[in-house]
Amino acid sequence: MTSDYNFAFLDENTKRMLRRALLKAVALPGYQVPFGSREMPLPYGWGTGGIQLTAALLGPDDVLKVIDQGADDTTNAVNIRRFFARVTGVATTERTREASVIQTRHRIPETPLREDQILVFQVPEPEPLRTLEPREAETRTLHALADYGLMHVKLYEDIAQYGHIATSYDYPVLVDGRFLTSPSPIPKFDNPKLDRSPALMLFGAGREKRLYAIPPYTHVESLAFDDHPFEIQRWEQQCQLCGSGDSYLDEVVTDDRGSRLFVCSDTDYCGQRRAERAA
Amino acid sequence: MYVAVKGGEQAISRSLELLAEARRGDPSVPELSLEQIREQLRLGVARVMQEGSLYDEELAALAMRQAAGDMLEAIFLLRAYRTTLPHFGYTRPLDTNAMRVRRRVSGTFKDIPGGQVLGPTYDYTQRLLEFGNVASEPSTQSDAPMPDVMPRVLDLLDAEALIERADAGSDPEPVDLTREPMMFPADRATRLQNLARGDEGFLLGMAYSTQRGYAESHPFAGEIRMGEVDVVICPEELGFAIEIGSITLTECQMINQFHGGHGLAPQFTRGYGLSMGEGERKAMSMALVDRTLRCDELGEPSVAPAQNQEFVLSHSDSVEASGFVQHLKLPHYVDFQAELSLLRTLSKQHAQQHPGEEACAAETSS
Repeated sequence: MTSDYNFAFLDENTKRMLRRALLKAVALPGYQVPFGSREMPLPYGWGTGGIQLTAALLGPDDVLKVIDQGADDTTNAVNIRRFFARVTGVATTERTREASVIQTRHRIPETPLREDQILVFQVPEPEPLRTLEPREAETRTLHALADYGLMHVKLYEDIAQYGHIATSYDYPVLVDGRFLTSPSPIPKFDNPKLDRSPALMLFGAGREKRLYAIPPYTHVESLAFDDHPFEIQRWEQQCQLCGSGDSYLDEVVTDDRGSRLFVCSDTDYCGQRRAERAA
Repeated sequence: MYVAVKGGEQAISRSLELLAEARRGDPSVPELSLEQIREQLRLGVARVMQEGSLYDEELAALAMRQAAGDMLEAIFLLRAYRTTLPHFGYTRPLDTNAMRVRRRVSGTFKDIPGGQVLGPTYDYTQRLLEFGNVASEPSTQSDAPMPDVMPRVLDLLDAEALIERADAGSDPEPVDLTREPMMFPADRATRLQNLARGDEGFLLGMAYSTQRGYAESHPFAGEIRMGEVDVVICPEELGFAIEIGSITLTECQMINQFHGGHGLAPQFTRGYGLSMGEGERKAMSMALVDRTLRCDELGEPSVAPAQNQEFVLSHSDSVEASGFVQHLKLPHYVDFQAELSLLRTLSKQHAQQHPGEEACAAETSS
């Protein structure tokens, strides 16, 4: 750990500001709390929101896991883990079960989370209505009025045009029956894991300067219609490394003649299963 | 056989070594000193300080060297460092009236009290590449000493009530955008802060668009001045003001036509730009965009991109823009997989509904 910087890079006043904003977020599930996002030594869009939340949460006894695309060994996950090892000296792990704080980009681990764990999401665009309404002043008003007609019309138009809802990731959810919320660009496969999760889920958008939370055991509903219920992705294949039939699969191109291999995107989950089978 | 993409850690450390090598270049060529950068690349240093929101020539020079001359990277380095600095307080408003002027020009009057002073400018250099060493010629400055205080050109108009007052409209206490998030609609003080940190290229393009018919604002360069201004703080524990040094600034005051309306008398209006160091292009662009963004306050129809404050202010910051554009090179396997599944489903449906056509998805399923 380097002593040129304060523990976890940010000064204590900034961490206090972040914690206060987080408390507000927990008190208003799904509400986007504006916060004084700082410039971090990693680029905007690469997890600065998540990094700031993790920095505000970490204590010396925490065990940190960082994943990107479900994997611990993708370069950006490695880089963020290196960063925290450097500026906090906390223990890091690749095991979901061992971690007290997990920072993630684009996935929720397959291993069920517990009450004593916090999942921190990196969020590129916190506003679920943004692609439908670019003006921030307007979308804030729509949230205040809980006016989510725009999104329902969008989903309806999908059905009218394609026969089903054509959103496969960053699938909008309604948190605690009140705020329309972006689950971050996780595949909709992961949406059910948000509902009544025992773990606290925190979301940080550094560039957009917003954070929000889904407190433990909060009802999270993926938007759908009575005659077009919410569905998640399914594969005909199983993971070709661990044989899992119920995890999210990455498709790996193995040659230039159309051969494909399907493997778990969650590398820890896959590794644990293989270790168990070998034992 | 599938080989997992392992070894990210090793790849990163090797990449850092390669970067260090590439940055240094041929080791037989002496390394640039920070003094050389400060002294000989001072306009670059000024830009990095300005958009990095940190007035420190030494650190800006260090950032430029570390970034191998990539200005946006240098700005980013300085911003990230700035985050770690303790915050002691705010300065008193800078008094640019009392600037020790080194350059001062006006496009609106042939002669002005205090005179037109070209100072060090590239404007009349004819842009011929100077091969060989740049010989430093002894300065042949005019013997007449510069007046201590030069009245501002716009104040001359103010005396005749031909121009709106400098504090026209509301003038609330500014928020600190480095500590508070931008909220919309943003007041003018906040907008100016955002523009001050904004990317010079972006502002230049936005300003240019207003001259080419996208929100025509009929500007005149009322006054551009560059020189040194004292920085004064008033520490709470002391209770009186102390001068902590002086910094170089470039200030631009644009004068814009306004025919009146919306309950306001016809008069000239102002656009304001301020930049650290010698940043004339930036200050002028900022002044044009500032004036254009006042369309709502002045009751002008808002139709052009440069008049749309959410559009301009949300996209002006190079650190934000550069990070987000370039984050596309990060892995998106998971979302791409989700899109792939969706596209295959849609293709299958399409093939069923249009049996005559070739199904494009048929060959991709394994």
